[in-house]
Amino acid sequence: MITRVVGRAYLWFLLLLLYSPILIIMIFSFTEAKVLGNWTGFSTKLYTSLFSGGVHRSLISAIWNTLAIALIAATVSTILGSIAAIGIYNLRTRSRQAIGFVNSIPILNPDIITGVSLFLLFISFGISQGFTTVVLAHITFCTPYVVLSVLPRLRQMNPNIYEAALDLGATPFQALRKIIVPEIRPGMISGFILAFTLSIDDFAVTIFTIGNEGLETLSTYIYADARKGGLTPELRPLSTIIFVTVLLLLIIINKRAGKIQKVTQ
Amino acid sequence: MQLKGNMQGADYIITVDRISKYFGEKAVLMDVNLNIRKGEFVTILGPSGCGKTTLLRLIAGFQTPTEGVIRIAGKDITQTPPHKRPVNTVFQKYALFPHLNVYNNIAFGLKLKKMPGAMMEKKVKQALKTVGMTDYEYRDVDSLSGGQQQRVAIARAIVNEPEVLLLDEPLAALDLKMRKDMQMELKEMHRSLGITFVYVTHDQEEALTLSDRIVVMSEGRIQQIGTPPDIYNEPVNSFVADFIGESNILNGIMIKDKQVMFAGHEFECVDEGFGEMTPVDVVIRPEDLYIFDSSDAAQLTGTVTSCIFKGVHYEMMVDTPNGYEFLVQDYHSFGVGKTVGLLVKPFDIHVMKKERLTNTFDGKMIDETHVEFLGYTFECPAIPDSQAGEEVTVMVDFHDIILQDNTEDGMISGEVKFILYKGDHYHLTVYTDWEEDLFVDTSDVWDDGDTVGITIPADKIRVVKKSS
Repeated sequence: MITRVVGRAYLWFLLLLLYSPILIIMIFSFTEAKVLGNWTGFSTKLYTSLFSGGVHRSLISAIWNTLAIALIAATVSTILGSIAAIGIYNLRTRSRQAIGFVNSIPILNPDIITGVSLFLLFISFGISQGFTTVVLAHITFCTPYVVLSVLPRLRQMNPNIYEAALDLGATPFQALRKIIVPEIRPGMISGFILAFTLSIDDFAVTIFTIGNEGLETLSTYIYADARKGGLTPELRPLSTIIFVTVLLLLIIINKRAGKIQKVTQ
Repeated sequence: MQLKGNMQGADYIITVDRISKYFGEKAVLMDVNLNIRKGEFVTILGPSGCGKTTLLRLIAGFQTPTEGVIRIAGKDITQTPPHKRPVNTVFQKYALFPHLNVYNNIAFGLKLKKMPGAMMEKKVKQALKTVGMTDYEYRDVDSLSGGQQQRVAIARAIVNEPEVLLLDEPLAALDLKMRKDMQMELKEMHRSLGITFVYVTHDQEEALTLSDRIVVMSEGRIQQIGTPPDIYNEPVNSFVADFIGESNILNGIMIKDKQVMFAGHEFECVDEGFGEMTPVDVVIRPEDLYIFDSSDAAQLTGTVTSCIFKGVHYEMMVDTPNGYEFLVQDYHSFGVGKTVGLLVKPFDIHVMKKERLTNTFDGKMIDETHVEFLGYTFECPAIPDSQAGEEVTVMVDFHDIILQDNTEDGMISGEVKFILYKGDHYHLTVYTDWEEDLFVDTSDVWDDGDTVGITIPADKIRVVKKSS
């Protein structure tokens, strides 16, 4: 009995420790104080001013840039990653393991290294840095995650269903579109959501590929803002919204994963 | 002549002409020839790994042969992709499309052909009726039992009205009772649809039950093609005899026409044309051996060592005093330890030509007392006047090869891949690491798939110069 109480208490303490920073931001997003830590009564003014243009226009454009980059990067990497997964799945065992290993390197590689190496790559090819390079960079680090979320779906698939489709008169492309894609769609959606959140959240790779043409994403904006001294108060409601969004996406991914597991059992 | 050739071509719906298939270096099919008549139920039968599924996949178009030509209805389709062939396949694990319901699974092929809706619905309903699944249209395929899924898979194939239906072990995943029911239904479907069935299975009983003709395969080659009674009663070699049904297979000697000796006795038989004093394989089916209390009528006497009730009959093992063991089936039981007489009628003795009498290899002389074959240099009796590098033929008798548990103890190693019981010893086929087969007679018990060391004593190696 006592051990159970202690165990519970420990768990709650740990969760509090983990989530206290974000909780503080969330709590203080509902007050008007300019400085974090001063409670001047409940208010939703920061939320209204965030959406009514009360903040610097560059923050709004940073939000739009972030969303646009995430959307493009997630879409492209979902397509590339799914095709790659199908290719890897059809390889012989030994090459499949080799490619699987190569695929996991970018995931384990520190973001800072990815950022620096992409920076050097773009420089050495003389590509001017900006929106395009950020999108390309994000596609680069998102694709392996898509591959990883699509491959298990392929492995669960009955390998004969592609042949069955051909046998019934489908061309290879029709078989891919009508049979393989519906089969791996859950993996593709999970991969897309994962890529989307990774892209929104990225700072290390973005800062090295964003150039100095004045383009800002949310992460680089917040970084610059913090360095100027004092965070814009509207960042508090913004962080809260992003956190809640990501939390919802995560719940969706987990729910899907659970469902897939149930089906295969 | 020309006309006759065409007529013959028209008779055959499928012609498999000198097909070979290699996966890398490994030959899976070797020089396979097969003609299938329109409307026939042909079963390709063989143990796993014999190439039967590969042959079916070549006909379906999922793979292309390394050599040879396949024709369907007289048209060369060797390189035609599967979606353009007039055949449909029923897969072993059903391969239904999980995201589509029963109706859409069956309509898949018709939709691709852009068939109008009303007609499509009629055809799907008809196909469902044929497989006994009326009213299942809107069920999820995951909610169906194995037997039901296989029925849907069959409906999905036959709804396209293929000229040939290919079935790849379609009943293997079902339980025994369901399998028996489905066998009868398949036979009925074959009759009512009137299309050609090519059926792949490793179950000899299934093959005997269903087929018009059986194609027995082993190690990438066709061993025998014939009707079920032909295959059962007149197996061409010991492999077929052993694989189809139960049998006693023994080494024998054909003394002269209609006179064969085995198990230490001379028997009258009906076979002729083997020559005099020729070593042969003798097959006697266990139900063809008469068993009775020891009397003067007995050709062989022996002691019952086991007696098992099998439902309809008893299955008994009888040991003869000179060390042979016979499997006997009879409606009457004879207790263990009882002395019994055995008799076999001349007509029930089946004599087969031996495929080989000894192991024969191509070898190369290293020096006068060493010869290389099977990828190893063996010591051998001195061969005078031989040149190093000279090509020779090497022979080793079956019973002179020693098998060892430890692969390190042997000169070379291999894997036991086929075991044939010959009444008083085992005849093993050992696949060596050099990828050549070695045949060994032994009284030791080995299991299929055992890895063994192989030793060949120097004095048992016979080297024969190739006469140029």
